[in-house]
Amino acid sequence: MSKARIATVWLDGCSGCHMSLLDMDEKIITLASLIEMVYSPTVDMKQYPQNVDVCLIEGAASSDEDIHKLKIIRLNTKCLVALGDCAITGNVPSMRNMYKVEEILNRAYVENAVLQQQIPRIGVPVLQTRCRPIHEIVKVDVFVPGCPPPSETIYNCVADLLAGKTPDIGATTRFGK
Amino acid sequence: MNSTLASQIVTLKIDGKDCGARGDETILSVARENGIDIPTLCHYDGLTDIGACRICLVEVKGSPKLFAACSTLVTEGMEVSTNSPRLQRYRKTILELLFSERNHVCAVCVSNGHCELQAMAMKLGLTHVRLPYRYPNLKVDATHTRYVQDDNRCILCQRCVRVCAEIEGAHVWDIMGRGIEARAITDLNEPWGASTSCTSCGKCVHVCPTAAIFEKGKSAGEMVKRSFVSELAAKREVYE
Amino acid sequence: MTAEELNELIEQEVEANKLFVHSINVCVAAGCLSSHADQTLDALKKEVKAKGLDKEIKVKGVGCMGLCAAGPLVEIRDASNAAQVMYQGVQGEHAEQVVASAGKQSVQSLVCDTSIPFFAKQVKIVLENCGLIDPERIEEYIVAEGYRALQKCLQELAPTKVVEEVTKSGLRGRGGAGFPTGLKWATVAKAQNKQKYVICNADEGDPGAFMDRSVLESDPHRVLEGMAIAAYATGANRGYIYCRAEYPLAVKRLKNAIKQAERVGILGQGIMGTTFNFTVEVRLGAGAFVCGEETALIHSIEGKRGTPRPRPPFPAQSGLWGCPTLINNVETFANIPPILRKGGAWFASIGTEKSKGTKVFALAGRVSNTGLVEVPMGMKLREIVFSLGGGIPDGKKFKAVQTGGPSGGCIPEQFLDMEVDYDSIAKVGSIMGSGGMIIMDETSCMVDVAKFFMEFCKSESCGKCVPCRVGTSQMYDILCKVTDGTATPEEIAMLEELCDLLKSTSLCGLGMTAPNPVLTTMKYFRNEYDAHIQGKKCPAGVCKIKAAQEVLV
Ligand SMILES: Cc1cc2nc3c(=O)[nH]c(=O)nc-3n(C[C@H](O)[C@H](O)[C@H](O)COP(=O)(O)O)c2cc1C
Ligand code: SF4
Ligand code: SF4
Ligand code: SF4
Ligand code: FES
Repeated sequence: MSKARIATVWLDGCSGCHMSLLDMDEKIITLASLIEMVYSPTVDMKQYPQNVDVCLIEGAASSDEDIHKLKIIRLNTKCLVALGDCAITGNVPSMRNMYKVEEILNRAYVENAVLQQQIPRIGVPVLQTRCRPIHEIVKVDVFVPGCPPPSETIYNCVADLLAGKTPDIGATTRFGK
Repeated sequence: MNSTLASQIVTLKIDGKDCGARGDETILSVARENGIDIPTLCHYDGLTDIGACRICLVEVKGSPKLFAACSTLVTEGMEVSTNSPRLQRYRKTILELLFSERNHVCAVCVSNGHCELQAMAMKLGLTHVRLPYRYPNLKVDATHTRYVQDDNRCILCQRCVRVCAEIEGAHVWDIMGRGIEARAITDLNEPWGASTSCTSCGKCVHVCPTAAIFEKGKSAGEMVKRSFVSELAAKREVYE
Repeated sequence: MTAEELNELIEQEVEANKLFVHSINVCVAAGCLSSHADQTLDALKKEVKAKGLDKEIKVKGVGCMGLCAAGPLVEIRDASNAAQVMYQGVQGEHAEQVVASAGKQSVQSLVCDTSIPFFAKQVKIVLENCGLIDPERIEEYIVAEGYRALQKCLQELAPTKVVEEVTKSGLRGRGGAGFPTGLKWATVAKAQNKQKYVICNADEGDPGAFMDRSVLESDPHRVLEGMAIAAYATGANRGYIYCRAEYPLAVKRLKNAIKQAERVGILGQGIMGTTFNFTVEVRLGAGAFVCGEETALIHSIEGKRGTPRPRPPFPAQSGLWGCPTLINNVETFANIPPILRKGGAWFASIGTEKSKGTKVFALAGRVSNTGLVEVPMGMKLREIVFSLGGGIPDGKKFKAVQTGGPSGGCIPEQFLDMEVDYDSIAKVGSIMGSGGMIIMDETSCMVDVAKFFMEFCKSESCGKCVPCRVGTSQMYDILCKVTDGTATPEEIAMLEELCDLLKSTSLCGLGMTAPNPVLTTMKYFRNEYDAHIQGKKCPAGVCKIKAAQEVLV
């Protein structure tokens, strides 16, 4: 059997979901034998590849770049998993949504900055007016809530998907877990 | 309590199970006595039911309308169905509406792990909200010496209003405004800390299903809500 | 007041009227008042005095004559109360001409043709006195057979017989839902409690509706009489009229009418020499639409926040302060005196099989004759819009009629030949409601119409239950996206899902019916939704579609 092509993506999140993913102890060895990691923050690869079987996405869609990425991912992925609360609800990154982008940037880079009070504009992605859950941008197939989802849940989810089953998420995690 | 209804004995079926009940009991209480679980949010044992959250809706054979189990009395021969696919669908969508209404960020919430709204999402298998979040800009009132009110987490269940009026007798809480602009307020929308009617009894804190009212200085692990209000109400009923 | 005294009063009034050769009636209801009918009335009075005709010509303010769009309306009648002529658009400056024309050649430039269908095709029961009597004088109401029905009930009919007569008439509640009035009365009558109440629902909150207002302003005693009969029939001794504060004139005339009725012993203790007691108070609503819902209205009278509660128990079982309470609409009560005077069978002979009597409609929107009409149930929609209403102005094409306000729906052209009654309107997805009819032509965008009503429901939702409070807000947001051309098919599916949710799970009628404007426009004008979504175009040219660039960011 050929190995499943797996990708993980990190959008507007804290990387906690990736930590949880890596936190599955010896099970990661089992998993590694079943999958081929084709794209991930932990893999040095610039372009999102084609024909990806499962992509786990951490983080919300906050910038124009996030949205662009999501669209490419969706085109090239069979099963898209929203991993963690940021991807699913917007979570902490979305707490900025009550305010205008300029207000936020000003607060962070000018008012609260000691050195170099200046809003970075060059070479950084442009923030959208609102940070949004990824299913508002592309169709998502599986939702795994949690902040972060327990590694157990992530493992079972991926294992189920590889076995061709619909993962049963509800019982082991929740928003904020 | 209506004495003529209380003396009537009625029989009914809930999810196919034969149940006997007094005529002044609600569908919800009879179901629970018989080990049938109907999800609820605005209901609180010991407080008057208001039928606001609509989570507890059930089907009654012969009626196209749905009935709130918490505020509908049983009648003779009633056949109640509590968990049809249609009801499950409606309940989930109502939950989605609640999550979309205000700002729930469970990960950084003081009620994380002890919240009835969060638990309800898990119980009903709600893993995401299909409706766009509204992100309203809401106030947090931390003027009280011991408690905090956070509009971001309020689901307008009115438990605080009822407990304060019905059990404590202080009537500090009320609802102001209409529709999506409705807000739980203290006194005449004055800062809670400035309230002269609040006795600081903490009942509202412990009946609030979410982190909309919590105690200062408590961590998420500590902010467990206690159920003494129901016990209090039950004892009063005995002595009345 | 005893029966003899009542007759005496009538004789005096008739004698006094005999002295006059002509009367000039000036409509001083809200519509005409807004075009300065009060000044017209003043000018006519002065003119009559100046010409020394005040012994021959009686100038009086009366209630609504119906064709509000042409106000101020003035009518000249002779001693036998037969109409000589109706004038429209009469201002103070026309006083001299108008007075001079009494009994003579009419002023051609001012004549309002009353042979047109708008007037000729009406059948007046509720509005029978509107435009004829001075609403501020109980004597005029009494001469027009007023309080005769109450007298008959008290002297000849047992309460159960009164209920029977109302049941026989087939009258259904005019407040919107069309609940059989006799059945409601019977329920309250059967209740064992000592204390019962009668409430008149005069909250009239539907946008574009002013039927109840017109009755209250033009003929307030009729409503009091209906309530007193109801109280007698059901065993109540106290009544409340819950009137919206935005109707100051109606409130003033009601309070005045109550005072007069109390003075002559028609309200109060020992009415007409019997043991029947009934007092009425006016309560003001502060403008919340939801306070028209009966349980919210009752909370509001009790001094609580005006929010609905689950039913059962219905107010007829447990209403105001926990007592059995009869609550009916203004127009429902206004139908009662003629039913008791002429008999239930007479009333039941008018209308259709399941909807008896007449209905007052407020014609508004893109129609030539805006105003109030009272027509028999079962009149064809086409006749109401095109014959009475005079059709669509400016040669535009008819598109739809919106009935029932925010709880109703839009009825398209293919149903114009439908007979208007409770059941047929319900069959096409709308409701009769209180009687507002907003006519729309090709310049209206149906999505925009749906959005308007959803915005109304969103801001008028009381906020108590989740489906209505948050659902209307989410639905409004989706409709905004449709009208600016950015909605997706998924969002339309969600809109439909929310329609079903609100209909099935809301606590009260507001939330349950809030989806109706969306559902009917989606059903009959789906092409307009599609044009906005797929074609990025508003066919009626009403909505501002966002440019492609704007959509991206
Ligand atoms: C949101 C809402 C608003 C209502 N507004 C009015 C109103 O303004 N006037 C009215 O007579 N009935 C109104 N109703 C209907 C009343 O609840 C009640 O059915 C009616 O007053 C009963 O009188 P009827 O039987 O004479 O129609 C409203 C109902 C709802 C749900
Ligand atoms: S109140 Fe409950 S649902 Fe809301 S953020 Fe807190 S834990 Fe989550
Ligand atoms: S503050 Fe708490 S108890 Fe009060 S209405 Fe809001 S959620 Fe309910
Ligand atoms: S349906 Fe709307 S108006 Fe009626 S109770 Fe619910 S929130 Fe209030
Ligand atoms: S628990 Fe019954 S409506 Fe909320």
